[in-house]
Amino acid sequence: MITIRNSGSALRLALISAAAVSLAACASHPKPAYPTTQPAPPSRPVEPPRSPAPAPQPEPVSQAPLPGSERDFTINVGDRVYFDYDMYSVRSDATPLLDAQASWLKRYPAVQVRIEGNCDERGTQDYNLALGARRANAVRDYLVAHGVTAGRITTVSYGKEKPIDAGTGEAAESHNRNSHTAIVGGARMQ
Amino acid sequence: MTHFTKRSLLTALAALPAAALLAPAAHADIEVNVNRGDVQPLPIALPIFSGGQIGADIVGVISANLQRSGLFRPLDPASFVERDLTIAVQPRFPAWQQIKAQALIVGQASLVSGRLEAGFHLYDVFAEHELGFANHGTGSGGLQFASSPENWRRLAHKISDAVYERLTGEKGYFDTRVVFVAESGARGSKIKRLAIMDQDGANPSYLTDGSAVIMTPRFSSNTQEITYMELRPEGSKIYLLNLETTRKESLGDFKGMVFAPRFSPDGGKVAFSVERGGNSDIFVMDLKSRATARLTVDPAIDTSPSFSPDGSMIAFNSDRSGSPQLYIMGADGSNPRRISFTQGRYTTPVWSPTGEFIAFTKQTGNQFHIGVMKPDGTDERILTSSYLDEGPAWAPNGRVLLFSRQVAGGGTKLWSVDVTGRIIQPMPYPGSGSDPAWSPLLN
Repeated sequence: MITIRNSGSALRLALISAAAVSLAACASHPKPAYPTTQPAPPSRPVEPPRSPAPAPQPEPVSQAPLPGSERDFTINVGDRVYFDYDMYSVRSDATPLLDAQASWLKRYPAVQVRIEGNCDERGTQDYNLALGARRANAVRDYLVAHGVTAGRITTVSYGKEKPIDAGTGEAAESHNRNSHTAIVGGARMQ
Repeated sequence: MTHFTKRSLLTALAALPAAALLAPAAHADIEVNVNRGDVQPLPIALPIFSGGQIGADIVGVISANLQRSGLFRPLDPASFVERDLTIAVQPRFPAWQQIKAQALIVGQASLVSGRLEAGFHLYDVFAEHELGFANHGTGSGGLQFASSPENWRRLAHKISDAVYERLTGEKGYFDTRVVFVAESGARGSKIKRLAIMDQDGANPSYLTDGSAVIMTPRFSSNTQEITYMELRPEGSKIYLLNLETTRKESLGDFKGMVFAPRFSPDGGKVAFSVERGGNSDIFVMDLKSRATARLTVDPAIDTSPSFSPDGSMIAFNSDRSGSPQLYIMGADGSNPRRISFTQGRYTTPVWSPTGEFIAFTKQTGNQFHIGVMKPDGTDERILTSSYLDEGPAWAPNGRVLLFSRQVAGGGTKLWSVDVTGRIIQPMPYPGSGSDPAWSPLLN
């Protein structure tokens, strides 16, 4: 097992291995596990857990993703951006990743995506469904404003039903307030 | 699938042959005051009904019901002095005064040509007279119920309701069922199935297969229909499910998410949220005509609609002020006004069946609470506090609330609290569950 103290690299490694595992299991929509070992942000409102930067060199532990594939998108672009507590505006630190998503989607115009809005558990179900829908639509609107055809994008809210971090406290909650861009069709097969 | 068997339960209430005395004036009767927060539970003696094991089983259910209400304290049968009671003979009151029982139930259960019959008498031990059921049967004396033998628990619940009503003056809530979401699996990949059980946790059954996340099941006033939301990656749908016929139908296809369904008090409409382009508003559908009307037009989140018991008003949740708060409006969407003003985030308003209160979830700091307030926003009372309490659901008599309680980092369980906040306890259902809703009293 490779361990690297730099959290950004550790995240990338985790994403690669998770994607590889998902592919091995023939999962159609690999959902990378979020590492729970990141240093906890100090307090609310917090800095985001940084999303993986675009275009890393693939580690030798795994085959390089085929351009235009779902793995390419997940690993080289990044499929999740994060939100502040009870907020749905796209954060400034999320725009580089969403810009990269828009570019990638314009490069592969057959790809269809579903934007999935997620919330932390510090809210009630109905309200969180509505809040998750706001987050998904904020990301959708951003991608459309940056040239992605609206008809290629659907949205859904999972409310607080799909936490990616099973922990409690602000660190876990900040991970669980996110929007996930899932490829649902048109990507090249790996 | 549960097959409801109300037809097989004879609800005709026949007075038993008058055993003892006529009930004297009511003013001397013992009574339980359900409104006082400091009330001492009434000591009640429940010797097992004659008739063998079924008599013991029935009394066990009655005893557990009364105990859980918090208004009664069933006494330890080992302390009973008078042992060989029958309903044909008046009890020896000093023997029950000696152990400080204030109320005493003497009953018998028997199988009569394939039917289960159970009759009982209720006594005021210190006044030394029977508490007759004047509104039923011949005007005094005991009560008798009959059912098919497999419905023996419902028979016990009906006796519990009769005793509760005779001693508190209010309708009971024991012959009822609860729909809820049964949870299993790890966080993040929880399986959430639609489930139903008796209010005491017995007879749980599961109505969906777990392939979709089920949320917010709610009973119709006819006790036979429920509405709930199914969440899948492709989106959400609201369904109507008839428990008797198992017929399931969708409310229809809407652009965007649909969620938070709830019946009108007459069962003829469903109010719910529709999300379009990220904005959630409240709609109502007439179930006969299928006509849909939009009740809120606001860029804020508008959700969790709940009708007043007369159907004229709707309480809902909105963040139009900048944070989630409680609002009420006319059932046609007219005149929305905010009713929650103290510090905190308010969600999930639920109008009580009596109209007296609106229950809600409140978040203050890092704690969640179940509370109640008057529909005009006054007299707020916080009843619970924990890491995550949410989703209150009223018992049909408006005296008890069910809710979900999640432990930090752990599972979610069903809990109940009485409206005074005095009695908080987990529901007697061993599994994980959330999102409870109470049926009306069954027929």
